[in-house]
Amino acid sequence: MNELAQKLSTGQVTSVELVEYYLDQIRSRDGEIGAFLHVDEQGALESARAADARRRAGRPLSPWDGIPVAVKDNICTVGMPTTCASRMLRGYYSPFDAEVVERLKQAGLPILGKTNLDEFAMGSSTEYSAYHVTRNPHDLSRVPGGSSGGSAAAVAAGLAPWALGTDTGGSIRQPAAFCGIVGFKPTYGRVSRWGLVALASSMDQIGPMAATVEDAEALFSLIAGGDHRDSTSAPQAEYVLPEEIPDCLEGVRVGVPEEFFGNGVAEEVAAKVKAAVKLLEGLGAEVRPISLPHSTYAIDTYLTLVTAEASSNLARYDGVRYGLRVAAADAAAMFKQTRTQGFGHEVKRRIMLGTYVLTASHHEAYYQQACKVRALITQDLENAFRQVHLIVTPTTPSTAFRIGEKQDPLQMYLSDQFTATANLAGVPALTMPCGRDKLGLPIGVQLMADHFQDGLLFTAGRLLERALKEAEAVGQL
Amino acid sequence: MGNYEVRIGLEIHVELATKTKIFCGCAVAFGAPPNSLCCPVCLGLPGSLPVLNRAAVQYAVRAALALKCSVNLYSEFARKNYFYPDLPKAFQITQHDKPLAENGAVQYYLDGALMETRITRLHLEEEAGKLIHSGESIVGSEYTSVDYNRAGIPLIEIVTAPDISSPAQARAFLEQLRLILQYTGVSDCRMERGSLRCDANISLHGAEGQGGVRVEIKNLNSFRALERALAFEAERQADVLDRGGVILAETRTWDERAQKTVRMRGKASTPDYRYFPEPDLPPLQLDAHWVAELKETLPELPLAREERYQRDYGLTPYDAGVLVRAPHLAQLFEAVVALGHEPRLAANWISVEYARHWRQGGTVAAEQLGELLTLVAAGEISGTQAKSVLEAMARTGRSAKEIVAAEGLTVIADREYLVELARRVLRENQALVERYLAGEQRLLGFFVGQVMRETGGRAEPKLVNELLVQELAAGRNWQPRAE
Repeated sequence: MNELAQKLSTGQVTSVELVEYYLDQIRSRDGEIGAFLHVDEQGALESARAADARRRAGRPLSPWDGIPVAVKDNICTVGMPTTCASRMLRGYYSPFDAEVVERLKQAGLPILGKTNLDEFAMGSSTEYSAYHVTRNPHDLSRVPGGSSGGSAAAVAAGLAPWALGTDTGGSIRQPAAFCGIVGFKPTYGRVSRWGLVALASSMDQIGPMAATVEDAEALFSLIAGGDHRDSTSAPQAEYVLPEEIPDCLEGVRVGVPEEFFGNGVAEEVAAKVKAAVKLLEGLGAEVRPISLPHSTYAIDTYLTLVTAEASSNLARYDGVRYGLRVAAADAAAMFKQTRTQGFGHEVKRRIMLGTYVLTASHHEAYYQQACKVRALITQDLENAFRQVHLIVTPTTPSTAFRIGEKQDPLQMYLSDQFTATANLAGVPALTMPCGRDKLGLPIGVQLMADHFQDGLLFTAGRLLERALKEAEAVGQL
Repeated sequence: MGNYEVRIGLEIHVELATKTKIFCGCAVAFGAPPNSLCCPVCLGLPGSLPVLNRAAVQYAVRAALALKCSVNLYSEFARKNYFYPDLPKAFQITQHDKPLAENGAVQYYLDGALMETRITRLHLEEEAGKLIHSGESIVGSEYTSVDYNRAGIPLIEIVTAPDISSPAQARAFLEQLRLILQYTGVSDCRMERGSLRCDANISLHGAEGQGGVRVEIKNLNSFRALERALAFEAERQADVLDRGGVILAETRTWDERAQKTVRMRGKASTPDYRYFPEPDLPPLQLDAHWVAELKETLPELPLAREERYQRDYGLTPYDAGVLVRAPHLAQLFEAVVALGHEPRLAANWISVEYARHWRQGGTVAAEQLGELLTLVAAGEISGTQAKSVLEAMARTGRSAKEIVAAEGLTVIADREYLVELARRVLRENQALVERYLAGEQRLLGFFVGQVMRETGGRAEPKLVNELLVQELAAGRNWQPRAE
C-alpha cells in the first residue's frame, strides 16, 4: 500500500483510476465470487474525484487518501444499505456512519461497497448469508470462511486492496486464514464499536483485512482510537505507526501452547505453523512451550456467551421501528411473524440457545458458569503473558472446507476453536498466511499478544512475513 | 382489617429532572411533539451504543443519600429482556444484582405519630416509550402509535421493605417520599404526568397463619388511587380469608372507574427477564469524595424542617406540616420570618390565605407580604380588609400600601360612630334582641356581622364586638323612646 500511496502522491496514478480498476475487477469477477452485497460505484468515484482534487491541491487527508476500501455489511454506512446479510434488514439505511467509517472518510478512503457475511455475523463460512454464498477465490467450490467471508474474498481476489471485517470469535481471522490474507483482531476497546451492528457486545471488534501485515497495520492505524460514543472504548486506543521496525526478534519470548496442536488439527496445518515458529526462532525469538489449560473449554464458553448476548442484541428486530415488518392481527403476532420470516435458521438457533442459557432456571448452570470459565481462560493468558510476549497457534484446525460440507452446526462452530480465546480474553490476535496445503489452500498462523500489545504483533508479523517470503524463495516451504 | 395484620411494600419509579436522557444527549421535555426528542441511541437503532449521563448518576445518588441509603461505590448495569413495542431495544438497561444504593429509611408523621419505612434498594434505569392506543388497550386496538420521546429518560426505582401496615400509612409514606425528592431537586414527582409512579405489594397475615400471599397492584396513578386500591384489596383479601379461601399470588390492576382491583396475571406467568450484565457499559464506579460532597450539599429535608418550625417558631404541627409540604410556602415563610415578623402570624397568613392565591397562580414577594403583616399588626387595616388586599396583591403585583391608599381602606375604630351604628342595628332587629336577652347568645355574631356589613368590612371587629355586648347589656337607650 505504501507503493500505491507513493504513486498517488506523485500523480503516477489517480484515485479515480484506482477506483475504476477495482470496480472493473468487481464487475468482471464478483459474479462468481459473490464478495459484495452492495457496490457503490457512484459514491466511490465521487470520493475518488475529491481525493484527486485534494492531491492536486497538495492537501491530501492522509498518505492513503484516495485508496479505496471495502466494508463488511454489519458496519453502518450513510448512503449505502446496511443489511447484515439478513432479510430482516433488507434495504435498511442507517442514518449515521460507524465511527470507523467516519475515520476512513476523514482519511480520504473511497468506499467501494459492502461485503457479504453470515447473517448478523453468525457463522464461519458465509453460507448463512440470506442473499448469496461467497466463494473462496483459491477454489470456488470452497467457502471463504466467515463471518467476514466477503471482505476476505474481496481482498484475496483483488476486488479491493483492503477491507474492514468484524471479529467476535474469529470472524476476521478464520476467513483471512482460509483466503490466504492477513487479518487482525485488535485489543477489545481499541476500535470503536459505534455503528457496528452488535452480535456479542463484550467480544465484538472491528479490524483490518489486507494482503500484507504492513497494510493491515496501516488500516488499523486509521480506525484505532478512543470514542466517547462507545463506553467500552479505551482511552489509550490510538495507534501510531512505528517509524522504525527492528530487524530481529531478539529478546522476544514466544510461547507455543500444546493444546492448540492436538486432536483435530490437520497435520499439514500443524506442520506449517511449526515451521513458522522455527522462522520466528531464526529471527532471534526465544521459543518455549506453554500451557493454556482452559483453552479446551474456549469454544463452549464462547458459544454460551455469544448466544446469550446475541439473543438480547437481536431482540430489537421486532418490526416496530425499522426493517422487515410482517403484518399480523396484533402486536405479539406481528413480532412473531416478523422474526419468523426475517431471521435465518442459524440466527434462530443462536437466539434460542441464548434465550435458554439466560433463562432463570439455567442461568447459573450455563451463563454464569461460562462467565467463570471466561475468567479462567483470561487468567491462563495473563499467566502466559508473564512468561512470554507472543503466543503462536494455528488460526484454524483445517484449511477451507467445501461449500455445503459442514451441515452439522457443531462442526461449524469448531472452526473458531483457536480464535475464540482472544475474544474471550480481549487480547489482540493476528493471522497471516504461512504456506499452503497439498491442495494449494492457504494455511494461517495466529499470533496473540497481551492487551494493547497490538504493535508487537505487527512487528513480529512483518518480520515473519519477510522470513516466509525468503524461505519460499529458497524452496524451504 | 381487625383480624389480620396488613403488610404493604411499595415499588416507586421516579423520573429524574435531568436536562437530557440517561444514555444519549436528547432533551427531556414534557409535551413535545411525538418522536421529536429521539436519536439512534434512544430508538435502539442497529449499531448504536449507550453512554451514561453523569447528571443522572448525580441525581440518583442525591436521592439515595436523602433516603438515608448506603451508596455502593461499585454498581453494575444489567439488561432486562422483554418484548414490548414501547421498548426500543427489547431490553431495558437497569441495575439488578448490584444496585446503586441499599438499606435506607424514610421517617414521616401519620396522625401525629412518627413512622419509619425501610428502603430496600434504589437503582438507576431507563424509561420506556409511550404507547397511544386507538382503542382501550393494546389488545383490540385497531392501531397503536408509539412516542419515543420518553424512551431513555432516567428513572430511579425505589423499593421499600414490607413495613407499611395500612393504606393511609402507604399514602403518608409516599407523600413524604415525594417531598424528599422535590426538596432535593431530584424530580418534579408529578403523578399525573407519570414522573412519579407507584406499584404496591400487599399481603394479609392472620393470627393462625392464614394469608401471607403477596398480591401486586399496578396502575396507581394518584395518592388517592394508592390508598383506595390498598383499602379495597385489604378488604377483598380479608373477605376471602374469612370465608376460608386462599389468596392467589397475582398481579392486579386498579380500575379507577370501577374503584376496584382486577386480576391481570398470575405469578406463574411472570415473565423471565433473563437478566445479565450490560456489556455495553462498564461497571459504575463512584468516587467516595464525590459522594461525600453530595451528602454535605443536601438541603434540609422536610421532616427536619417540620420539627424545626415547631421547635423554634412555636408553630402547630398542622401549620408546620402545611408549610413544609409546599416547598414554596416554606421558603416564603422563612424569608418573612427573616424580615423580623412574628412567625405564628406569618405562618397563619401564608398557610391559609396566601396558599389559596398561590395555588391559583398568584405570588407575592416576602417583603410585600411582610408589609401587609405590619399593617395588620398595627391595626391599620382589619383582617377582613387584609384578605382582600392580599388577593389584590397576588392578582396585580401591587404593594399592600398602594392598594390600601388607592381603595381608601382604613379601619374604622371611631367609637362614637360605631356606637351609633350598633344602636341602629339593635333597633332595627328588636325581635332578635329579645331572643338574645332571653338567652340566645349566639345571636351576637349576627349583630356583629350586620355592623361589619354597614361599614363595608372596615370596622375593627373586636371593637364592634365589645360595643355590642356593652350596648346589649347596659343601655336600653338605643330602644325606641316610649312616646
